[in-house]
Amino acid sequence: MNKLNQLTIKQAKDGLKEKKFSSVELTQACLDEIERVDKTINAFITVTKDYALTKAKEADQLLAQGAIKPLLGIPIAFKDLYLTRGIRTTAASRVLKDYIPQYSSTVVEKIENAGAVIIGKTNSDAWAHGSSGENSDFGSTKNPWNIHKIPGGSSSGSATAVSASCSPAAMGTDTGGSIRLPASFTNTVGLKPTYGRVSRYGVVAMASSLDTMGHFTKTVEDSALLLSVTAGKDKQDATSLDVPVPDYANELIKNRIVTIGLAKEYFSEGINEEIKSSLEQAVNKLKSKGFEIKEIGLPHTKAALAAYYIIVFSEVSSNLSRYDGIRYGNDRSYFGDEAKRRIMLGTYSLSAGYYDAYYLKASKVQTLVKQDFENAFKQVDVLIGPVSPTLPFNLGEKVNDPLSMYLSDVLTVPINLAGVPSLSVPCGFSDNNLPIGFQIIGPQLSEGLLFSIGHKYQSLTDFHTKTANI
Amino acid sequence: MKTYEPIIGMEIHVELKTRSKMFCSCSADWFGKKPNTHTCPVCLGLPGALPVPNKIAIEWSIKLGLALNCKIPSFSKFDRKNYFYPDLPKGYQISQYDQPFAINGNLKKVGIRRVHLEEDTGKLIHQGDSTLIDFNRSGVPLVEIVTEPDIHSSEDAKAFLQELHRIIRYLDISDADMEKGSMRLEPNISVGTGEVPDYKVEVKNINSFNFVKKAIDYEIARHKEILEKGQVPVQETRGWDEKKAITYSQRLKEKAHDYRYFPEPDIPPLIFKEKEIKRAKDQLPKLPGDKRRELKELGLKDDDIEIIIDDIATLNFFEQALNVVRLSGNREISAQEIANWLVNKKINIDKQNPKDLIMAIIAKKQNSQISSDIVSKAIDKVISANQKAIDDYNGGKTGVIMFLVGQVMGATKGKGDAQEIRKLLEKKLTYG
Ligand SMILES: [Zn+2]
Repeated sequence: MNKLNQLTIKQAKDGLKEKKFSSVELTQACLDEIERVDKTINAFITVTKDYALTKAKEADQLLAQGAIKPLLGIPIAFKDLYLTRGIRTTAASRVLKDYIPQYSSTVVEKIENAGAVIIGKTNSDAWAHGSSGENSDFGSTKNPWNIHKIPGGSSSGSATAVSASCSPAAMGTDTGGSIRLPASFTNTVGLKPTYGRVSRYGVVAMASSLDTMGHFTKTVEDSALLLSVTAGKDKQDATSLDVPVPDYANELIKNRIVTIGLAKEYFSEGINEEIKSSLEQAVNKLKSKGFEIKEIGLPHTKAALAAYYIIVFSEVSSNLSRYDGIRYGNDRSYFGDEAKRRIMLGTYSLSAGYYDAYYLKASKVQTLVKQDFENAFKQVDVLIGPVSPTLPFNLGEKVNDPLSMYLSDVLTVPINLAGVPSLSVPCGFSDNNLPIGFQIIGPQLSEGLLFSIGHKYQSLTDFHTKTANI
Repeated sequence: MKTYEPIIGMEIHVELKTRSKMFCSCSADWFGKKPNTHTCPVCLGLPGALPVPNKIAIEWSIKLGLALNCKIPSFSKFDRKNYFYPDLPKGYQISQYDQPFAINGNLKKVGIRRVHLEEDTGKLIHQGDSTLIDFNRSGVPLVEIVTEPDIHSSEDAKAFLQELHRIIRYLDISDADMEKGSMRLEPNISVGTGEVPDYKVEVKNINSFNFVKKAIDYEIARHKEILEKGQVPVQETRGWDEKKAITYSQRLKEKAHDYRYFPEPDIPPLIFKEKEIKRAKDQLPKLPGDKRRELKELGLKDDDIEIIIDDIATLNFFEQALNVVRLSGNREISAQEIANWLVNKKINIDKQNPKDLIMAIIAKKQNSQISSDIVSKAIDKVISANQKAIDDYNGGKTGVIMFLVGQVMGATKGKGDAQEIRKLLEKKLTYG
C-alpha cells in the first residue's frame, strides 16, 4: 500500500471509513511530506499545521459517530487566491503579504462544510499572472519531476502539492490555462470547469469574465468527486449558473463511447514532437475502444491568444485598482513587474481612442472563437488536444521574454474564451522523464462526459500512478 | 445689440430608498448612522467580493424612466467607470455607460437623454490634517437623470426640477431630500449668441431649487459679461457659495475625463421583455400631471391645484377628505371648499385627519347659518327701534350707519362680522 500522503481522495475515504487510519494520521502524513519536500519545491506560502490538525481531530470525532460527508477528514490545499477567514491570503503578492481576510470564499466554505481539512495555501504567480510560477513574490515553485524545470502556472503550488503528494487534492484557478498547463507539467489531473459552474465569490479576481475555479487531483475519479462539492449556483456570484449539479461520481462510470474531434490547429508545426506522439498514442488507445475520431477545424485559434491577452489585461487593470493600500494591504509600489505590465497595457487598451481597436475587437474575436467551438460540437462530442506546445522549460528560461511566456497558453486560452470545460489528463513522459498531458474539451456543462472519458482512459493506462522522486 | 440665449441642461442624482444597497445586502439607510457599520466585503471592495444587482433598484429606475416618458431598451448592462478616489473602494464605480435602462424621454418640454443606475461612493470626513472615510453610503443605489440642453431660463429650470421632484415622491422611490443629499442638482450652463456655444459650465453642490435658480442667473449674467467683451467663458466646474450667492471656480474641466468604461464582467447583461415593460408601465401610479387634470375637472382653481399636488401628503389628505364627503352623501361641501380650507387655513395635515376637517367645515357652516339668522333678526329690530337714525341716513347723513352697526353688534352680543352687518344694513336701508 502507498504511504498515507500518496493516497487518492477515494482511497483515503475508504481507509478512513474502514478505520485503517485516522484523519489526524492522514493529515500528519501530508504535513510531514510538506516538511520534507517543500524546502525544495516551494509549493506552499502558508502551511496551516495547527488548524489542520484541529480540523482533522474534529473530523475523526465525526467519523467515529458515523457521520458521512463527501470529504470528511480529507486534507486539501488552496491556491493562495482563495480567501480563507483568519488565514493569511496573499495572492502570492507582496501587496497582500500580511492580509488576513474577514471572510472565506464560497468554495472554501463548501469544501470545509464537506468535512475537508485545509492543510495550507499554495504558491502561484502573483495575482495568477503567469504560466510558469516564476512571477510569485514568494519565490518560484519547482517541478517535482525535475527541480530545474518550471511546474507551469499560474497554479504552480497547487499542481506540485498534489504531484509531490503533499495533499491529495488542491484548488486552483484557470483563466487561460492556469490549471491545465501545470497539471500537464506535473502528471496530475486538472479540471477547468465551465465558466459559472463554480462560484468565484471570495477568490481574488484576475480577469473576471474568464476566471474559473477548478482543481488538481491524482485521478479523474477524484476530480469528479471534488466537483460535486464545489459546483452550483451561488447567490453571491451573479455569473454563477443556476443549473442543477449532477452526481459526477455517477457520470464518471457511465460508459459513453462518443465521437472525438481533433482540431488540426492544435497539431500544427509549433507542437513538440514528443507531445504529438504521446497524444497520438492516447487517441489510438481510445480509438481501439470504439471511440470514433474525426478531424475538425477551429479556424480562429491563432487570433484567440491576442484577444485573450487584451481582455485579460483590460480586466486586470480594473480589478487591481482596489489594491490602493488605503483599507488593507501594502500600497501600489509593492506590485511586481508582471502586474505593472498588465496594469499599463490594460489601461492603454481601455483608453479613449484605443477601446475600439483593442477591447472591442478582442470581444468580437471572442465571439468568433465561441462560434468555432459551437460549430465543432455540432460535429463531434468532445475535442482532444495537447495542453502545452512545449515540455516544461527551464527555470529562468523565459522570465525576460514575456511574449514567449504568453505563447505557452496558445492551446489553453481559446477554451477560456469559449467558456467551455476542459480536463487535463496525464498521457505519458518525454525521453527525459517530463510529464505530458492532454486535454479533453467538451460543450458547456459537459463535465460529466469529460470525466467518463478521462476515467475510461485512466482505467486503460497507468501514467497517473507514477510519482516523482524528490 | 446681440441677443443672448441661455442654454441649460441638468444632471440630477437621486438616491433610491431601497432596503438594501445596490450590490450587497447591507442596509441602504446610511444617513446619520455610526460610521462603517453598514458595510460588508462587497461595499468595502475587499478582495474577491462580487456585486449582485438589486432587482428592486432596477425596477424603480425603469419606473422612473417610464414616468419620464422614456423608451426602455430591451437590452441593458452595467459598466465599470474607472477612476481613483479614496471614497471609491474598488477603484471603479459600477455605472451604466452606453446602454442605460431608459432613454429619450421628456418632461415639461425638456428632453430626457437618459436615466441610468449606479452606486454611490463613500463619504470623506476631513478632520484637521487627516481624512476619515465612512463607507456606509458606499454602494447605495443612485439614479442619474440627464436632460438635453433644452432649458432656456432659470425659472424653467426650477419648474422642471420641482416637477421631477414631485414625480420621484409620487413614485415613492426616494425621499429626494436635498438637505440629506439624497437629491443632488447639477445644472450646466452656457450662453449662445446665435450659434451653438462651444463651452459649458457645470455648477455643483447645490441643495435647493431656489439656489439652482440663483446659480443659473448668476452664471448667465457672468457669461454675458464675458461674451460682451468678445471673450468666451472657460469650460469648468464651479461650486455654489450659498452665503455669498455666487459661484466660484472649482476645477477646470479636462476636455473629457477618460474613465476607461468597459462592460462590468461580474454582472450578466439584463434583458427585458416587452411584456415586462408594459406591465411596469401599467402599474405606474398616478403622477402629478394626472392629478393636475383630475383636480381641474373637479373645478379647483389653478393656484390651489398647484399647492395641493406639490406635496403628495397634502394631495392624499385632500383626496381622503373628498372621499369622506362623497361617502357621507353630503352635497353641500364642494371640492373647492375643501381646497380653500387646506390652502388658506394652512391645516396641519400631520395633526388633523381628513374626517375631522370635514366635520369642522360642516360645523362652521351650521354656525354661520345660525348666526346669520340671529343677525337678520337683530337688524330688523334695530331698524324699527331707531327711526330717527334711519331718517338721518335717508337724508344723506350716511355716517350714522356706524351707530346702527354698533346697535346690531350689541344686540347680537358680538356675533357676526361688522363689515358683513354693515353690508346687510345698507342693503336693507336702500332696497327695503
Ligand atoms: Zn455591503
